[in-house]
Amino acid sequence: MRNIYLDHAATTPMRQEAYEAMIPYLTETFGNPSSIHAFGRTVRKDLEDARERVANALNVHPREIYFTGGGTEADNMAVLGIAAKLQDKGKHIITSAIEHHAVLHTCEALARQGYSLTVLPVDKFGMVSPSELEKAIRSDTILVSIMQANNEVGTIQPIKELAAIAHEKGVLFHTDAVQTVGNIPLDIKGLGVDFLSASAHKLYGPKGVGLLYIRRGTKLASIAYGGAQEGSMRPGTENVAGIIGFARALELAITEQPETSQHLISLRDKLIKGLTALPDVSLNGHPQQRLPGNVNVSVERVEGESLILSLDMAGIAVSSGSACTSGSLEPSHVLMAMGLSHQRAHGSLRFTLGKSTTQEDIDYVLEVMPGIIERLRQMSPVQAKED
Amino acid sequence: MYSERVMDHFTNPRNVGVLEDANGVGEVGNMRCGDIMKLFIKVGEDEVIQDIKFQTFGCGAAIATSSMITEIVKGMTLTDAEQVSNRQVAEELDGLPPAKMHCSNLAADALKAAIANYRENSQG
Ligand SMILES: Cc1ncc(COP(=O)(O)O)c(C=O)c1O
Repeated sequence: MRNIYLDHAATTPMRQEAYEAMIPYLTETFGNPSSIHAFGRTVRKDLEDARERVANALNVHPREIYFTGGGTEADNMAVLGIAAKLQDKGKHIITSAIEHHAVLHTCEALARQGYSLTVLPVDKFGMVSPSELEKAIRSDTILVSIMQANNEVGTIQPIKELAAIAHEKGVLFHTDAVQTVGNIPLDIKGLGVDFLSASAHKLYGPKGVGLLYIRRGTKLASIAYGGAQEGSMRPGTENVAGIIGFARALELAITEQPETSQHLISLRDKLIKGLTALPDVSLNGHPQQRLPGNVNVSVERVEGESLILSLDMAGIAVSSGSACTSGSLEPSHVLMAMGLSHQRAHGSLRFTLGKSTTQEDIDYVLEVMPGIIERLRQMSPVQAKED
Repeated sequence: MYSERVMDHFTNPRNVGVLEDANGVGEVGNMRCGDIMKLFIKVGEDEVIQDIKFQTFGCGAAIATSSMITEIVKGMTLTDAEQVSNRQVAEELDGLPPAKMHCSNLAADALKAAIANYRENSQG
């Protein structure tokens, strides 16, 4: 039986190099980096070394890197931290309709606490319009948070342009780069963002560790209280093994990015071409401004979860934006924001390819898909429109 | 997530399709929530469900519950068939995940709609 994992946007397998780098810190090198004795000092040194390597890979200063408990935490720290820090300046926050819930729900929580929130719409490709952003900025705007690439449909935003618009009006800019770090060329300084979130488990590192880049000269209020770790921004004894594994995975991901992207893009385009050649299957997201490993399609007249189950039985792991898989009664907020009909949103299917995906994997997907779709369509009361 | 019986009915659904000589048809659900079930019944003079088929757009649970109800009520009198509840259908499938109990567990409602439609038709 095949076992093909095409859900790399959900999480990736940890790479061997990261795993091996972590082992000592899970066992013998166990000291608390805050301790003054030799056990602690060794670990402190390795932790700071990891920070430096991460900073080098991202071409930023080590003091701009704050390790966190993942992407969600980094997003919360940026959004809540600015909201608290600048509340006397203003209480208006701008985000986009297709953000990950880590940003969107955080902004919505602020709105319930009396902040004012503008959620920018997107076009049918999932793109935020720079002119819409410009119009939305007010004198009391304190933060713009727009993701670099969307986790469901893979659309890549013009972050450099968007950040410049915010800065022109003196507004800080955060981007959730959880899906992009290691996947597309990344130049944080060039992008000009003030804050950037990343997560290790999306780039073949361990789960439960991430980072927030905070541009030097900008200040955030901390959202948790405790010890002085991570400049008091993220109090609590560091997840040392996780950070070490993250640093190793991130370094390698950045070095290998050009090669990995090329590999993913060729497989992605082959899969898109094959799938959209099937009757009533259409691509979601942007045809060009798209993550290298992302394929998102809608299969008309068929529901997404039943597609996932069928593919799972054929040994292929994918995901969907249908309501049944989002755990709510509504299909994906991303697909709905892009203006998809309920039917197309419920019938969406996301394949996210990874480093180990092969031509044969793609061939196999394309071999089994027609039969799966046909079987489910024959069961469906929703009929093709005759025209 | 799903029981073996759900997966069995999802993989090998019983009585799929359109019943050409149906004298009762019921459709429930809507595209908003992503589940639509359509049941076709052929009821004999003796008020017994002689044949039944379904078409469903929906998740694994929606397809499996549709399939299951066709097995349960085939050969039943309308009065007995009307007593079948969504909960019973789920039990016959060895249960459904909690989240699916309300959204995708509509087969008994579809059957009731089909029976109501049959009664309207037969009153002439
Ligand atoms: C765009 C985006 N932001 C944030 C997150 C959350 O990251 P984490 O799982 O590390 O908390 C994810 C992953 O689910 C994501 O895809």
